[in-house]
Amino acid sequence: MRSTNALVSTPHAVPTVSLPTRRLPRALPQVIVMLVLIAVMVLPFLWMLSTSLKAQQYILETPPRLIPDPITLESYTGLADRIDLARTVFNSAYVAIAGTIGQIIVSAMAAFAFTRMQWRGRDVVFILYLTTMMIPSVVLVIPQFILVRSLGWINTYAALIVPAMFSAFGTFLLRQSFLGLPKDFEEAAVVDGASPLTIFLQIVLPLSQPALATLAVFSFMGLWNAYLWPLFVARQATVQTLPVALATLQAGPRALTEWNMVMAGAVITVLPILLLYIVAQRWFVRGVISSGIKG
Amino acid sequence: MIGQRGLQKWKWIFFFLAPSLIGMLLFIVYPILSSFWLSFQDWNMLSAPKFVGLDNFNALLADKDFWRALRYTLNFIVLYVPAVFVLGLALALFLNQKLRGMIIVRAATFLPVVASWVVVSLIWKWIFNPQYGLINHALSLIGITGPAWLFEPQTALYAMVITSIWKDVGYMALLYLGGLQAISETYYEAARIDGASRWQQLRSITLPLLSPTMFFVAITLLINYFQIFDQVWLMPMRDSAADRQVEVIVTEVVKNAFSYSKMGYASAMSWVLFVLIFIITFVQLRLQKRWVYYEVD
Repeated sequence: MRSTNALVSTPHAVPTVSLPTRRLPRALPQVIVMLVLIAVMVLPFLWMLSTSLKAQQYILETPPRLIPDPITLESYTGLADRIDLARTVFNSAYVAIAGTIGQIIVSAMAAFAFTRMQWRGRDVVFILYLTTMMIPSVVLVIPQFILVRSLGWINTYAALIVPAMFSAFGTFLLRQSFLGLPKDFEEAAVVDGASPLTIFLQIVLPLSQPALATLAVFSFMGLWNAYLWPLFVARQATVQTLPVALATLQAGPRALTEWNMVMAGAVITVLPILLLYIVAQRWFVRGVISSGIKG
Repeated sequence: MIGQRGLQKWKWIFFFLAPSLIGMLLFIVYPILSSFWLSFQDWNMLSAPKFVGLDNFNALLADKDFWRALRYTLNFIVLYVPAVFVLGLALALFLNQKLRGMIIVRAATFLPVVASWVVVSLIWKWIFNPQYGLINHALSLIGITGPAWLFEPQTALYAMVITSIWKDVGYMALLYLGGLQAISETYYEAARIDGASRWQQLRSITLPLLSPTMFFVAITLLINYFQIFDQVWLMPMRDSAADRQVEVIVTEVVKNAFSYSKMGYASAMSWVLFVLIFIITFVQLRLQKRWVYYEVD
């Protein structure tokens, strides 16, 4: 790759003969930096896993051991005694999946109305949507809490799912993608007498899969990881999500935090999202980049 | 474009737009307006709200806790933003090299970005444990007695800044990488023919052409970190000096609203934060002419 580049771009440069044996020593400083970077980024996660596999008396060992001896799952069983683990995992998954599906449906339909239909006031309404993106989320927390409370939704799934479905950001992201789609297919479909719903479901959505996947990942990650909002609207164990439950573990009944148990909870909270990231890296990267635009 | 006419057309528009529009009005627009209204009220959620004019804002100016929170937020930003700005760029320049295995490094630097702040806060809280944590153990190996980190306000600041850099640097690098890969290779070829050193190439090609990305990164960083909450809420050790003294603006808003039920006052504070963010963003937009270079086609 490198040598071909050199050949094409700078004809007077002597093409380097890149034998595998010569490549390694030359890149040695880079290789060291690479290993250090991987260690710095991965070690805290390994330390979390390692602590979660230790018995209480071994977590305070000095010097600390990376590989637990003996390995035990007692922190996980202890965790299951403290919080209803199955329920909490279900709550997190349910809220993240339902909220994501809801946000995609609502945003995609609105984006369709903003791109594929012509009506008076369309651009004004869209600019109003964009304006709401400037308001920091902390301004919204208090009035949304009051609203959700007056709807009787405190400690219900609705409080976690419904407000999350509506965002100018989702509409904005999908609108950008819909604008870029070729019009040929749908013009042919209109001639054939297809309804807007048919065009939406059979032409626009299938062609927008990358944008839909980006929004799905962004939305799922946000809901799975959310802390501030669930902390105030879903404290009860029946609807509690993983991050909120995890944060309550910090100060246990004993004065001393049981770090092996906290780390076991952290493993359970972070593992699904890390696995999902490894499987769907591309969409994660796009989703996270576009989330920055939201601010 | 879809050629429906008249009433039929509006029925379809209503069908597609209504779910979003009604939801936006109810869950976004109405809360924004009611929060603005609330910031001029005195309301404890029990008795009826009472109009108090600018009292909340006047009280805010005299509120020592608010100024302390603002100061701590600014201290955090002053330490964190330049560090992550530069380290993110350095990481991006490193990741941009075509080397075998680089894709793994890139994936690794992104792991903390996808993890939740609660998980990251707790992992680092454990690592920063003064007695049993990895950091102080590592320091003891080179003969340094580590500080009490998350027990004291000042060292807690450093611990939280380090944690935030670890979590965000991969994200920053990714934003920069997008900008780096958009720079045409021809500039570098021309520079190499002229005998420019790597440092000269960085200063005269990479940095100017990356400045729009840097500008975007700076804006995003400041908007996000004026609203810092999770790590500050979770990391200081319970009942320590840090726990009592470390507050940022959003934790102050949350405490006033949900611990003291001062809804009007907390709303006023959140609007002051909005105005601060707005001013900072506006100033950055005005200053960009001085350092951001836009390529003209």
